[in-house]
Amino acid sequence: MVRIIDRRFDSRNKSAVNRQRFMRRFKNQIREAVADAISGRSIKDLDNGESVSIPAKDLSEPQFHHGRGGIWETVFTGNDQFSSGDLINRPQGGGGGGTGKGKASNEGEGEDDFVFNLSREEFLDVFFDDLALPNLVKTQLARIHEYKSQRAGFTNDGTPANINVVRSLRGALGRRLALASPYQGRLRELQKELEALLETSPPPDDPEVLRLKEEIGILRAKIDAIPFIDSFDLRYNNRVKVPKPTTQAVMFCIMDVSGSMDEDKKATAKRFFMLLYLFLTRTYEHIEVVFIRHHTVAKEVNEEDFFHSRESGGTVVSSALEMMKDILHARYLNGAWNVYGAQASDGDNWENDSPHCRELLANAILPFVQYFAYIEITPGEPQNLWREYEKLNGAHPNFAMQHIEGLPDIYPVFRELFKKKLA
Amino acid sequence: MSAKRQKRRQPLPAPGEWTFELIEAYHAEIDRVAREYGLDTYPNQIELITSEQMMDAYSSVGMPVNYHHWSFGKSFLHTEKGYRRGQMGLAYEIVINSNPCIAYLMEENTMTMQALVIAHAAYGHNSFFKGNYLFKQWTNADAIIDYLIFARNYLTECEERYGEEEVELLLDSCHALMNVGVDRYKRPAKLSLSKELTRQRERAEYLQSQVNDLWRTLPAQQVKTQTVEARRFPPEPQENLLYFIEKNAPLLEPWQREVVRIVRKVGQYFFPQRQTQVMNEGWATYWHYTLINTLYDEGLLADSFMMEFLHSHTNVVYQPAYSEPWYRGLNPYALGFAMWQDIRRICEHPTDEDRYWFPDIAGSSWRETFDFAMRNFKDESFIAQFLSPKIMRDFRLFAILDDDKEAKLKVSAIHDEAGYRKVREIMSDNYNLGSREPNLQVWNVDLRGDRSLTLRHQAYLRRPLNGEAEEVLKHVARLWGFAVRMEVAHEDGRIEVLHECRQDRRRTGKD
Repeated sequence: MVRIIDRRFDSRNKSAVNRQRFMRRFKNQIREAVADAISGRSIKDLDNGESVSIPAKDLSEPQFHHGRGGIWETVFTGNDQFSSGDLINRPQGGGGGGTGKGKASNEGEGEDDFVFNLSREEFLDVFFDDLALPNLVKTQLARIHEYKSQRAGFTNDGTPANINVVRSLRGALGRRLALASPYQGRLRELQKELEALLETSPPPDDPEVLRLKEEIGILRAKIDAIPFIDSFDLRYNNRVKVPKPTTQAVMFCIMDVSGSMDEDKKATAKRFFMLLYLFLTRTYEHIEVVFIRHHTVAKEVNEEDFFHSRESGGTVVSSALEMMKDILHARYLNGAWNVYGAQASDGDNWENDSPHCRELLANAILPFVQYFAYIEITPGEPQNLWREYEKLNGAHPNFAMQHIEGLPDIYPVFRELFKKKLA
Repeated sequence: MSAKRQKRRQPLPAPGEWTFELIEAYHAEIDRVAREYGLDTYPNQIELITSEQMMDAYSSVGMPVNYHHWSFGKSFLHTEKGYRRGQMGLAYEIVINSNPCIAYLMEENTMTMQALVIAHAAYGHNSFFKGNYLFKQWTNADAIIDYLIFARNYLTECEERYGEEEVELLLDSCHALMNVGVDRYKRPAKLSLSKELTRQRERAEYLQSQVNDLWRTLPAQQVKTQTVEARRFPPEPQENLLYFIEKNAPLLEPWQREVVRIVRKVGQYFFPQRQTQVMNEGWATYWHYTLINTLYDEGLLADSFMMEFLHSHTNVVYQPAYSEPWYRGLNPYALGFAMWQDIRRICEHPTDEDRYWFPDIAGSSWRETFDFAMRNFKDESFIAQFLSPKIMRDFRLFAILDDDKEAKLKVSAIHDEAGYRKVREIMSDNYNLGSREPNLQVWNVDLRGDRSLTLRHQAYLRRPLNGEAEEVLKHVARLWGFAVRMEVAHEDGRIEVLHECRQDRRRTGKD
């Protein structure tokens, strides 16, 4: 009559599809929330702002029900003080909880606000959904391209530079002891015999004494002939190469702060840097950011100055690239760093400088960086820097450039820039 | 009870951990006792599941199979969050009104809990599903699982053919109308002839809608020259909005009508449950209590088992007073359990008061009375019929009148001689879905004009619609395809237009 079925090992996650549906539907809300969050925050806020709460009203499933008002008559339990006809003050605050009578119960099950908190990871996953830095796939596949050498005990052969003296001598000592021991025993016996014989005061040319002395001499010679150190005593420090994951990156932010870059353009550039930074934080454990701003001369500054100080004057972009090159070579070319460059400018460069910029980039920077992105923030036609850089485009797969007109373009442009190229 | 206790047999082992053998052994005993009490049930199918599967089942409205929708995912996340944080326990059991009756037991439960759930769900709820007139009339236990499988496959197919988005939007709209998609008063047509006629009418209407479609392209002036005395449509107001849309919405594709129908059927399936909460939960609680106690009296259950059982049982039937912070209204388990126990008391040991209030059942056979009550009532009528003064006193029930025109609330009746009838009447009304939920009707369709649909809310005691009504109206408009209007008919006869939702979208996808 009864059937007992063990379903525990049946497909779990029957709801997985519903969950996906929910997340997919939810994504639009999240995207908006994320976009809002980005435009309202500074770079520094991004670390604490990982979670987004979605208010229930966006996800509500509306139905026809009664609202408040009109006449309601409701039964409650636990009367402790009332008699028929008593008048009671209305509970304050429209009452949840115990005194929320009259109204609370006629609206059915009140649903709490549906607040869904995304973890930082989920937040970023949603945000960077189908993005990846160019070459990132490559970097991930060949993520282990740095090695460090690490001790791994001792070996019997190697280069003289790696000889471990203590180990080698310890081995030699043991060998000597082992090889000498049969002779040593015999030697001690002969010596005892000789001493016993000498106590009897034999004549100096006693043949027995001579024989003993000779034999002792031979044994001593044999013992001395055992080499102090032999080639097979040698022990070498063993070092093996262990792949070392590269988990750090440096990001160069280069921004034009000349007079032609107004606050709006800077704000746009800032968003761009923020996004790049965020993306790198997802990939790398440790990220250093180098801020270089320039007008006619370049200067390495801290973040605060980078975004907020005012400068004016002409523009020599190459000054910043020179500086990037110098810093790059001085600090970050020891193989432990993934280098990313991001340059923002309005493209209005001193005419003769632009070709120089291109050369610098092509010869001294692009070979060493994972990726270099240039965005030109200008409302109109591309400027001379753009035209020079265009010659680089295509020849270098790790170079990308984009044209941005205003804040709303940022996100799509960013997607465009970092679209999965290898996929 | 312990006085009657006889050590007839060895008690069943009562370890903390359950095993399949033990579940079978306990089930066999529970089954035997249930038969002795004459409980009539569908055959049982007991399924053991993990807590995660329980959450799955929980969030797809308690059904073992269901179509996919984001709202179920939302509910899953919600449940999961609460469960993981320890804010809420999971339901001990889910039982499905099907034949065979499927009861879920959760892996994490102890043997005692499994036995409790078997008695509660597999015998209590099961017999209620099989006997109660609402379930018999409105649900089809033999077919529900098959129907849900059909529904899921059909919707999957639709998703493949028309896109997930399209189906999701449609389901959103249908879900919004789920609670106005049930027939409250009339039986679903069962005669094959009437089915045939409906189909025929459907075809006719489809043709008509094609004609109207052509019509729409004619200049508006010509329409106005038609006779003013337009035929009313629908001829009489209709309560089942989803049904009306399924049959009459001019622009729905056939597959969309089928989806509307599926949601409507599922909603209809759950309608009896919403109307019999107190009775049904009380009934199941009464029977798990009675069956387990009977087994204990027979000496089959260990004391340790009983202690744990009573602990759980007490938690289930706990009723906080109105003034306590965790008061969430009347606990249907507590009220229902108390009422069924009280009915038995009235039958077996009636007092003079009982004889005055319940002349019919005082002193009668409690089994017969139980059977009669279980079969023929729903919460509203059950309370009106069987809520005794004793229960009202025990629960210290009182009624509060909240009139938004008065500055203060008024205690309209309490558990005293003068108030018994009044309290009972109010309480019965509290469980009446008809007055709890707004009375909405499909009032009119402007057939000769802009095809707009007018819904009418018949206000009752000046109770307004809630703020979501406008949102829901948009869903109605999406399904209807033309403008939709919501009127409210006040009790003094005034008619007022509450919301209007224009719908400019015509047939999508093809234009």
